[in-house]
Parts: sequence; structure tokens; C-alpha cells
Amino acid sequence: MTKLDAKIPAGPIEKKWDQHRFDLKLVNPSNRRKYEIIVVGTGLAGAGAAASLAELGYNVKCFGIHDSPRRAHSIAAQGGINAAKNYPNDGDSIYRLFYDTVKGGDYRAREANVYRLAQVSNAIIDHCVALGVPFAREYGGLLDNRSFGGAQLSRTFYARGQTGQQLLLGAYSSLCRQIGKGQVKMLPRREMLDLVVVGGRARGIVTRNLVNGKIESHSANAICLCTGGYGNVFFLSTNAQNCNASAAWRCYKQGALFANPCFTQIHPTCIPVHGDKQSKLTLMSESLRNDGRVWVPKKKSDRRPPAQISEQERDYYLERKYPSFGNLVPRDVASRAAKEQCDDGRGVGSTGLAVFLDFEDAIKRVGKGTIEEKYGNLFEMYERITGEDPYRSPMMIYPAIHYTMGGLWVDYDLMSTIPGLFVLGEANFSDHGANRLGASALMQGLADGFFIIPYCMAGYLASTKFDKVDIAHQAFKDTELRAQTQIKKLLAVDGKRTVLEFHRELGLLLWEKCGMARSEAGLKQALEKIPEIRAEYWQNVKVPGVNEDLNQSLERANRVADYFDLAELLCRDALERVESCGGHFRVESQTEEGEAKRDDEHFAHVAAWEYQGSDKVPLRHQEPLAFEHCKPTQRSYK
Amino acid sequence: MTQNLNLTLKIWRQANSDARGRFETYQARDVSPEMSFLEMLDFVNEELTKEGKEPIAFEHDCREGICGCCGAVVNGRAHGGLAGTTLCQVHMRHFANGSTVVIEPWRARPFKVLKDLIVDRSPFEKLQQAGGFISVNTGSAPEANSIPVKREDAELAMDAAACIGCGACVAACPNASAMLFVSAKVSHLALLPQGKAEALARAHRMVARMDELGFGNCSNEAECEAACPKRVKIANIARLNREFLKAALFGPIARKGVPSA
Repeated sequence: MTKLDAKIPAGPIEKKWDQHRFDLKLVNPSNRRKYEIIVVGTGLAGAGAAASLAELGYNVKCFGIHDSPRRAHSIAAQGGINAAKNYPNDGDSIYRLFYDTVKGGDYRAREANVYRLAQVSNAIIDHCVALGVPFAREYGGLLDNRSFGGAQLSRTFYARGQTGQQLLLGAYSSLCRQIGKGQVKMLPRREMLDLVVVGGRARGIVTRNLVNGKIESHSANAICLCTGGYGNVFFLSTNAQNCNASAAWRCYKQGALFANPCFTQIHPTCIPVHGDKQSKLTLMSESLRNDGRVWVPKKKSDRRPPAQISEQERDYYLERKYPSFGNLVPRDVASRAAKEQCDDGRGVGSTGLAVFLDFEDAIKRVGKGTIEEKYGNLFEMYERITGEDPYRSPMMIYPAIHYTMGGLWVDYDLMSTIPGLFVLGEANFSDHGANRLGASALMQGLADGFFIIPYCMAGYLASTKFDKVDIAHQAFKDTELRAQTQIKKLLAVDGKRTVLEFHRELGLLLWEKCGMARSEAGLKQALEKIPEIRAEYWQNVKVPGVNEDLNQSLERANRVADYFDLAELLCRDALERVESCGGHFRVESQTEEGEAKRDDEHFAHVAAWEYQGSDKVPLRHQEPLAFEHCKPTQRSYK
Repeated sequence: MTQNLNLTLKIWRQANSDARGRFETYQARDVSPEMSFLEMLDFVNEELTKEGKEPIAFEHDCREGICGCCGAVVNGRAHGGLAGTTLCQVHMRHFANGSTVVIEPWRARPFKVLKDLIVDRSPFEKLQQAGGFISVNTGSAPEANSIPVKREDAELAMDAAACIGCGACVAACPNASAMLFVSAKVSHLALLPQGKAEALARAHRMVARMDELGFGNCSNEAECEAACPKRVKIANIARLNREFLKAALFGPIARKGVPSA
């Protein structure tokens, strides 16, 4: 049985990382070229890791599923990135960013990891500015900040509504520099199908060339998995179409523990669902809640146009319920509040599953020009999708799946339970607990990639004696065969239903039973239903074409095959966690006001699941969480 | 509720880069005006799959207009011709019931067709690798506010940095020039004090690589600006030319000679 050891360094929290960096062994510069490192994924974590490790002199092979590393989904992040610079002089500090993040995560994150994240946050901003990221600036030429949910100060740096794009292009530019130098070998249009473990250590991966279907093996001394989250298990989410969980899931099946899968984030401000042919949901940045006011009509089923509903007939329910944070409560709180209003019959729009986000007051206060400067591209995007002009009538929004806090379990060194397999960014579980605060994902991705992995990687390489392993090793042949067998099996079914139909069916079930509200009965129903859909999938799915070709249906079929198993684990984890915390809301555990009610006595721990075989129930491990600095209290944003 | 649409699609099908392509005709029935263009294609692909035919390959990912994956020439216009809009953000309410829609891949010498509507844009990668960066190693950056940047410069840099690398500019240009793409990167970095130190060398290296990769010359047609879904301006090309002229007078070209056109 795998034993969980988070390896949190001893000593006071503010000294842990410094002391640990000193204690970690180093690899002498002339020895670094003897090591091969594989980086899978090219988002902020992956591009950052590949670039920073190559700068140090390691040989890096970097893999991405797109034609270019710049297309990774970090590109779509809109609002901003947090740092504890305290430029606005409004009381910020490393300690406060740490505290807000632990509290925002509803006391289910590891204190030591979060403290380190807050510590390196300032270096990230320095580095990104040096890379040429065009952050917003004041007239005096210095950097501007804005506010995000869960904070009562302004610590968010931004580049219009395209912060993720600009940060990724910055990380991508440093990756390009290393590719040009030959220090990184970039392999685009490759999808990782499996991990190769030799002698208990991660020693390589097997990939599929997405242009010609070739199954390829790659060996290395260590692997960094930077493959993002699993939000697309829900079918409709704000994730890009190609985001998937397969790389992480197949590591899980090789023995890496999967932590807190039920911690999924539902973002409050997305464009509502319009019909059954929809392929994705579009996020409207949380930054809009700086100036937008959320409201619904006081009267039930009031379908009058918003302009005809007078001020007295409106309920600005977030401002009413949470006077001190108002429209800037954290995401989980805002999402649940919207659901509550809609469940109560006060929802708006054609489906009744939407609330208003209104800029009328802000436009009156600061003028249309200022609003346009701040959010112009978001307003334009909204109009393009809905055909309505948000300068004239309020936006309509509804919560949607956006981010996953759960992921592969890692220790303080970002290493999974398989030695040599490091997991960075959204793919790991470590920093956001049960709810991620806005503008913290970009911070974590860059922290892991640029500022944490270089040290931990050296520590691992320098303290490990490596056997010579190359792709001629039997383990690679076996892994390739396994991957090929699954592909053949999928192509051979030749049934009647498309991959998309199965994915939609699974996603809707999951959203209904394990979405914004979860109950014991609902979760049990889902756990009965998922194996049925999976069984039908393997009997009745239709995957056109062949393996030896650019075959997008096959790519999707492979990913959806893993979603059934992942969905099952998600529901199982949600069922076992009989408390509400952050994005995980069990209807059985709520306060009188309907807020999430934690059970610290029984659930102040990380649940990490160990795979036991395809027809066996996985094993649930616990990593207890100690809170020495942020004393868990009932979170209040009133 | 607006009524659903029936459309005739003429779509370029090509098995791989060596195969000959051809237009095939498909019917898209009962298309909701709220659907996006790519959702309409998904819908057609679902039908094709069920009929046992091969679905149309097209590149796409974020469907929010930011990743730069998608793009096709629709009725002769890159991304469908809506100002400042990627193909994934074009919605079906812009099409008339009963109309014919012609969909083909980017047509440009440096971008070969991989399959159907998917082209190989890897020459853009080579351009970036030639100089589209600031040479700074992790850990060596000065404090972020130690160098003020004029707000106007930061805004202009951001305008140029908005490029998503979709390739529409190359596809729209009669010469298949990558000048808008290259000039956007050169401008973005040259406008910021952090990028000034290597601005001349960057402009020279990127332009030289552009020529090597078989992109054409800019003849001021401005088709690129019209096609750009992120409204990147051809003023960047003028700025590139200035940087390049500086490179020619003071930079590596002055020492090594101007490469032949």
C-alpha cells in the first residue's frame, strides 16, 4: 500500500522554502547536459518548466497536442494574475495573499505549499515584465492592479481581458528561444497515451503522432506532467475542446494517486446555455464583477425586459447577502447564490437559468469610455455570441464548470507517488484546496514551471542513481502494445452512436448529479448509471477512419474512454466526502443560511485515491491537513 | 425565435498533403441561428459519422477566439469576413436561409494542407524561434516597477501582442507574406524598454528567416489588416520597416550585407 508523505520541510512557514532550497542537492552545470527531461504540455506550467530547465542546461523534450505550444488553454485566461506586491499600498503582504488563498480554498489546501506560492508570486511579475508581457499601466508608467473575488484589496495584474494570452505568449517566447538554441526539442501534435515505469521510476512516455497515427516511445530521467485539468469530463465547460484528462488518468492507472477529484470549480459568470447543439460554454471574466452588479427580479417568473424592471423591483442579492464583499464574493459562493435564485424561480432569459450582470451604474459613474477601456474585448465577445449589446442592456450569466482543483497528488517537491513523475499546474491538486480564487491559476502555473520545478528537479536528479534505460527496454514495448490495443479496440466496435453523443450523455449526468449541488442519493444514482453508459460505449460507439491518419474522432474517443472512469472516481470521492467545502456542496451539509458547512473533525484531509485494477474499487488514502496559521472558521463574506 | 436554417455547404476535402483535393457538397439542415459556425460543422460531422463517412477535419480548440487554432476561408473571406472575428466566433445568424457556403483551407505556399481544412503553420514557429523573444533567463529580472513604461507605449505594444498566430494574414495576402505577423512581434517587443536592447537584431533575424521560409514580400495590399481577427494594424509593418532600416544602417546587415530579395 502506498504511504503518503507530503515531505513538508520543518521550520517556521516563512523559512521552509529557503531552507528546503538550501537542503536540496544541486546538479553541477557541466553534468546537467547528461540528463533528459520530458515535459508534457505547453501551457504556463509546461512552457515555463521546459524553458527554465533548458536555461539551466538540461536536455528537454517538450510535447504538445497542438500545432504550436502557444495554443495551450492557458491562453484563454482572461482576468489576471495575483501577486503580493502591495503596489496600491492597501495592506497586502505575502502573508495576506497566503491567508486569503487558504481561506478562499475553504481550508482544504496545504499551508506550506500555499505559503511558497505567495512567496514566489512577486518574482513571477518581475520575470513576466522582463519577458515583455504588456501589463496594464498607470499614466505614470507603473503597473496597474485591480480587484478579484475573495480579496478586499487590489493585487491582480492584468493585460486587458487577455492576461492568460499575454502570459502564455511570454512563457512561449522563452520556450521558443530554447528551441532555437536546440536546448529544447519540441514535438508538436503529439498526444501522451501512457507513462512508462521502469524499476518503480517514471522513465518515459508513449505518444501518438496526431498527423500520421504513429505510436512513439520517448525515454528520460524524469517527466513533468503539465497537462491541465479535467473539466471537460462534464462535456459542457469553459475548457477548450482539446483539454482532456487522459495523460493524468493513465498515470493514475500506473500508480500515481489522484487527489480530491470532487473539488471542481464552477465559475459564476459564463454565458448561459442556448441549446442542445452547444459545444462549449464561454466565460466572462470575474473582473467584470469589479464594476458589474448582479441582480434578479424580485418577482418570480418576471420575464419583462430588464429596462422595464424598476430599481425597487430588483434584488441585488449578492450585495444584500454579503454587504462587505458584495459582488466580489468568491466563485463558489457567487455560483451557489445564482443557482439558489434560479431554483427559486427568479432566473431570467429564455430558460430561466440566468441572472443579470449590469453595468448601467458603472457606466453612469465612470463613463462608457472607461468601461470600454477596461472590458472592451469582453463586451465585444459577449455581443458576438449573444447578439446583444451589454452597454445597453445587462449581460445574462450563469455558472459553468471552469477549473478543477483536484488532480494528481504531489508532495512538497511536486512529485507524484511515482518517483520521477512531477505534476505541475492545474494537473496537480496542491494549492487551491476546495475552491480556487480568481487570478490564482496563472500564478500557480508560472510558479510551478519557472520557480519551483528547477530546484525540485535538481534535488531529485542529484540524489538518484539511474539505471541505463532506453526505448529498447521491454517496458516501452509493453506500454506501446497496450496503447495500440486500446486504439484497435475502439476502432473495431463500429457501433451506432457517435463519441460526442456518449460524451454529452455522461456530461449531463455528471452536471446533474455531481455539479453545483450533490446529494447521497444523486451520487449513488450516478455511480449506477456511469458503468451502464461505459458498457454501452464499448459495445456501440462508432469511431470512423483508421489509426494511421489524422483522425480527430479517434483522438476524442480515446479521451472519452477515460472520462467514464474519471467520472466514477469523481462521484465516489464526492460521496465519501460528507461535508460541504468550497466548490463541493453536499446538500446534507449546509448552514441555516444555505452556505457550505465544513466538517473539520472528519474531513480536514486530502483524499487521495489509489487505482486497484479496472473492476476494483480504488483505495482511499488520507493526508491530514494541519492549520497552524490560518485557523479554520466558517468562511464568512458578509 | 428566429427560424432554423438550411444551407448547402461546399467544403474542400483532401486526404493528406500529397493527395489531390476537391470540393464536396453537403446539406446542413435545421441549423439553429444561435449555433456557432464550428458547431454547425460539428453537427454536419455527426451526420457524416452516422452515415459511415469520414467527418471533415478542421482545427479548433478554445472556441473563444483566442487560441488561434481555427480558421478557414468562408465564401472567399478568411474567418468568414466579420470584422475582428475568428471563425469560431461567427454565429449562424449571419447566414441567410437557403444560401450556399463555400469553405476551404488557408491557401498559401508556406502552409501546406495536412487534411481537409487543416494546414501546417509550423513556419510561424520558425519565425518565433528566430527572434520573437527577449533574451532573459528565469531569475535575473529586475523589480517589475523599476523601469516605468509610457502608458501609450504599453497600449501600442498590447495592440500588437494581441496577435493569435492564426495565419489569416498570410492566407489573405496575394503574396502570402508574413509581414503583419512578424511586424506585430517586432513592434510589441521594440515598443517596450525591456525589448529594445535586441530590437535591431530581432528585426533582422525574423525578416531574414521569413524570406528563407518562402513567405512573399509585402506590396501594401492591406488585405492582412482587413482579415486579422484581432485588428492588428499595418502600422506595425511601417514600424518594422523602420526597425529594419535601422538594422540595415547600424545592425548586423550593415556589417554582413543585405540578403538578396
